[in-house]
Amino acid sequence: MTQHLPRPARLRLPDLLRIGLIGPRTRRLRSALSALGIALGIAAVVAITGISASSQAHLLDRLDRLGSNLISVSPGENYGGEKVPLPKEAVSMLGNIAPVEQVSATAETKANVYRSDFVPPNQTNSLRVLSARLDLLKTLRGELSSGRWLDKGTQRLPVVVLGDTAARRLGVTAPGTKVWLSGRSLPGGWYGVIGILRANELVPEIDDSVLVGAPQAVAELGGDRTPSTVYVRTHPDRVRDVQDVAAATANPARPSVVAVSRPSDLLKARSETDTALTGLVLSLAGVALLVGGVGIANTMVVGVMERRGEVGLCRALGARRGQITLQFLIEAVLLGLFGGLAGAALGVVAVYGYAGVKDWPATVPMAWVAAGPAVAVLVGTVAGLYPALRAARMSPTGALRSA
Amino acid sequence: MSRESGRHGDGRRTPVLQLDKVVKEYDGDPPLRILHGIDLTVHQGELVAVVGPSGSGKSTLLSLVGTLDRPTSGRVHLDGHDLTDLNDRQIAALRASSIGFVFQQFFLLPGLTTVDNVATGLLYTGESARRRHERAVRALREVGLAHRLDHRPDQLSGGEKQRVAIARALVGRPALLLADEPTGALDSASGQGVVDLLLHLNAQGTTVMVITHDRDLAASFPRQIGVQDGRVAFDLHGDTRTAAVPRSAQGGPG
Repeated sequence: MTQHLPRPARLRLPDLLRIGLIGPRTRRLRSALSALGIALGIAAVVAITGISASSQAHLLDRLDRLGSNLISVSPGENYGGEKVPLPKEAVSMLGNIAPVEQVSATAETKANVYRSDFVPPNQTNSLRVLSARLDLLKTLRGELSSGRWLDKGTQRLPVVVLGDTAARRLGVTAPGTKVWLSGRSLPGGWYGVIGILRANELVPEIDDSVLVGAPQAVAELGGDRTPSTVYVRTHPDRVRDVQDVAAATANPARPSVVAVSRPSDLLKARSETDTALTGLVLSLAGVALLVGGVGIANTMVVGVMERRGEVGLCRALGARRGQITLQFLIEAVLLGLFGGLAGAALGVVAVYGYAGVKDWPATVPMAWVAAGPAVAVLVGTVAGLYPALRAARMSPTGALRSA
Repeated sequence: MSRESGRHGDGRRTPVLQLDKVVKEYDGDPPLRILHGIDLTVHQGELVAVVGPSGSGKSTLLSLVGTLDRPTSGRVHLDGHDLTDLNDRQIAALRASSIGFVFQQFFLLPGLTTVDNVATGLLYTGESARRRHERAVRALREVGLAHRLDHRPDQLSGGEKQRVAIARALVGRPALLLADEPTGALDSASGQGVVDLLLHLNAQGTTVMVITHDRDLAASFPRQIGVQDGRVAFDLHGDTRTAAVPRSAQGGPG
């Protein structure tokens, strides 16, 4: 007659999932919107890390093509802060170092460049007019976006080749245009544009330069005979060795006033700076994630109040408080998971889209794609904890009567 | 605690539910006493209506009988177990297996089909999903809704919804089917259908307790317990339909 006490039963995982899905299934729009917050956070993280990784991949790609074996040697400063020019022989001396494969140089002139002779002399657009040796293009592995490079004939003529930035600032889009070159002690004259260079990440100082043949510069523009920068291409495995002796070779008398640098190092450092910026944006994405979590918590709190009847029913059917907690928690976790998955997908699409537009190699950060949904689940769990406990604390009779 | 049920010596029927000087108070200053020492016994196979005006304490009685709440003092026995001795976990398990609830507002889960809704009646008993489904189909057949298995709640009429809710309460073969104003949200025709169904289920052996404020509804049941101001006002065994109900040990006008 006295029955055995029934054994408390556990909810199986499939049942738990089915119960957890009741809320999202019957309140689709609201659930979708609250998951959207999380999705945007995760998408931002994936997109930003992906885009920055793609940009870096693109940079390294370019670096590979431009070669990391370039060394630039330029005048350093003495103790008084004045530039000490390199000796005239620096170019040929550096060219004589055994592992050096190519060498070239630019030199300064006294001219500035203007779109026409009506432009006031102080509006220089921050552009420099440099004299260039004919082998400069090859040494820098520069590319022309249009027109021609200087040759033996044109280096003695009033013609210029524009760097990428210089062309844009002067508003020159095609060769054949004329620009006005003049300086304080120079008469000034029209120079024809014969070529425009493509941007060169390795030597950005060439981008905002206007290049004139060395003989023409010396004859007409007050060009220096001493080089302002010597570019040295070395054997790829001997870059360090050349770097070590470059200063003493360029200016044996005063090696301490020679500045030697490896532009690819600068480039790498710059890409690292980008990473620091990425960190900032990532923390913003973290805030977005937090807001998404608050959104889920908000939806759940309201949902729990609305679903008092359901809570009461489950208690009447024999659910324990812990099981009610679990039911609501699993709902929050599922919302987080859906948001995370959708966000990761969205982020990947954004990376491919952006990289496609920029013509970069798309690099998807797999670690973040995997971690995104995991983080989202974590956020969902934390967000769902309070509403779930609140649902469990509800008195079943109150829940049934007020619903 | 000895099993007092042994006292009821007629041997044919055992008490399913026994309330012994049950008092319920709610916190307040002064504490609000809703139930003032209720004594009540319901035997297996009985069909009882608890009737009383709103505010009489019958909802509180429902939650105590339904083990959703504990009395401030006194004892509640359900299906041979003294609830005082059990912890919340054990009471939840007992509730899952021994009590079937039917509510005025049905409380069907909106996203689920009829058969899934009925199957949730077994969700907390530890049965497998397949077995739950089978038993849900059987319970729906029993309440005459075999043709509505895959409908959703919003596709059903009020009367049908309440039949689904009754099937859900019934599916675990509870010792006690507890119905709170089961016809309250229905028109008179479907309400009568639900009453007929409860009578039919009782005739087949289910112990049924209906809580209502509707005296006409209560009159259609063989035993009526009146609750007024937190006390049992009357306990009528005016039965015509089912077999004679034994006089219970506790008093009351018969």
